Amino acid sequence: MTESRAEANDEKIVVRVRDLHFSRSGRAIFDGIDIDVARGKITAIMGPSGTGKTTLLKLIGGQLRPEAGTIHIEGENVHALSRRRLYKLRRKMSLLFQSGALLTDISVFDNVAFPLREHTRLPESMIRSLVLTKLEAVGLRGASALMPSELSGGMSRRVALARAIALDPMLVMYDEPFAGQDPISMGVLLELISKLNRALGMTSIIVSHDINETAAIADFIYLLANGKVVASGTPQQLKVSKSAWADQFMHGLPDGPVPFHFPAQPYDKELLDAQS
Amino acid sequence: MLNLEAVRTLSARAMASLGHSALNFFERLGRGHLLLLQILFGLPAALLRPNLIIAQIYAVGVLSLLIILVSGLFVGMVLGLQGYNTLVDFGAEESLGTVVALTLVRELGPVVAALLFAGRAGSALTAEIGLMKTTEQLSAMEMMAVDPVKRVLIPRFLAGFFSLPLLAAIFSAMGVMGGYFVGVGLLGVDEGAYWSQMQAKVVFNEDVANGIIKSIVFGFVAVWIAIFEGYDAPPTSEGVSRATTRTVVHTSLAVLGLDFILTALMFGG
Repeated sequence: MTESRAEANDEKIVVRVRDLHFSRSGRAIFDGIDIDVARGKITAIMGPSGTGKTTLLKLIGGQLRPEAGTIHIEGENVHALSRRRLYKLRRKMSLLFQSGALLTDISVFDNVAFPLREHTRLPESMIRSLVLTKLEAVGLRGASALMPSELSGGMSRRVALARAIALDPMLVMYDEPFAGQDPISMGVLLELISKLNRALGMTSIIVSHDINETAAIADFIYLLANGKVVASGTPQQLKVSKSAWADQFMHGLPDGPVPFHFPAQPYDKELLDAQS
Repeated sequence: MLNLEAVRTLSARAMASLGHSALNFFERLGRGHLLLLQILFGLPAALLRPNLIIAQIYAVGVLSLLIILVSGLFVGMVLGLQGYNTLVDFGAEESLGTVVALTLVRELGPVVAALLFAGRAGSALTAEIGLMKTTEQLSAMEMMAVDPVKRVLIPRFLAGFFSLPLLAAIFSAMGVMGGYFVGVGLLGVDEGAYWSQMQAKVVFNEDVANGIIKSIVFGFVAVWIAIFEGYDAPPTSEGVSRATTRTVVHTSLAVLGLDFILTALMFGG
């Protein structure tokens, strides 16, 4: 009975991160974090700059290797997979890069068609229909002939989103999807992410600083700081949380557990040293 | 006493710096060979997609044609002029065709074509791959389950490998024509002697074949260095800039060094 309940619970979890440790240049980025991403939900990973949110996405995607701990996707240990099986798993997921990362030497149409042409043997007419469907979903069917250099930042990200969903992945990871967007583009992206998640039954992970926008569509939020998960819960729970971390981050307070200043020796000492 | 201490500190720093540079050199050498292994293992799959290779042959080979044609012509003209001025003192100006052709097919064709290739196509390959890395295009491919080594690097590797021997041959042919224009057209060397001496003295199995082998080796090394430098470049504008410079410098040194070794093996006696 307990086992079947655990299995049922496992089926609800798409990404399971356990005791993850990762460091870069001797600095600990993650110091034993646990995260569960529920199926069909939008999970947000938030935290101050430099807490390793993008690094976490690269670890989940298998582009980086942790020093300790495990990441399971659909029950498969990402870092124990062979290269072939990792690539097979990646066909079921996609990552929307902060920059869009469109291939600059081919058109918008060819960018969206790229994963379809690489992974399927569909006839060109079918690929054309699928690409136009995806571009229609992000409102850029009319821009299919443009080159990436002719797109605005918001349009690039929408094309990247169309490419990310070209193979109908079960998991989509968004890296700072709202950064540098004007209010209209931000609203469009918010609606798209929410709509796609519902309509296509996908699971989404959003890494973002934008508290209000992310909280509006996220089902669950993890707050990262100092290499640990310092708070987690639904957006409503975190907004009224008594945790100092959650309070500072959710309300954008300048000082609190997350210091404004990067660690340094005392200010007066450094000034005096400079004079002497 | 103080000076001795300072000398010791400086020596220790110099040794540490030397050790760091040596470690860095061997690390890069190791990464370069690992990438080469990945490329060689991925060759069969890449050959199944000839359209990708053909597109790169256009970018790497066809677009380098102009500089090869013009340079080949001028180098041949200079050879014709210098060769004539030397040979005429000995009454041997009829041998001009042989001198021009042997110089080109044995040495200048493969070497100068490889140096021009490094400057024109090698630097472009490094910059392109480095920028793809900087703008996360290679990472995006990996996340789309597309191996960038197979999709991006191998077609460029094969294109460079196939193109350089052809470019070197075209360079030599243009050089022979340049020598002809100056020697026969301007300086009055007998046309029949120019071609017949060349035909009689240039041996395909020795001179031309060795030149082809040289250009194949140079092509392999030049494109390997260009691709590795791009793929290994730090993802910053400065990183790509330095990688591009390194491609030209390292390829030039490698080509000249290998040329001596190959020449010694082929014609050393």
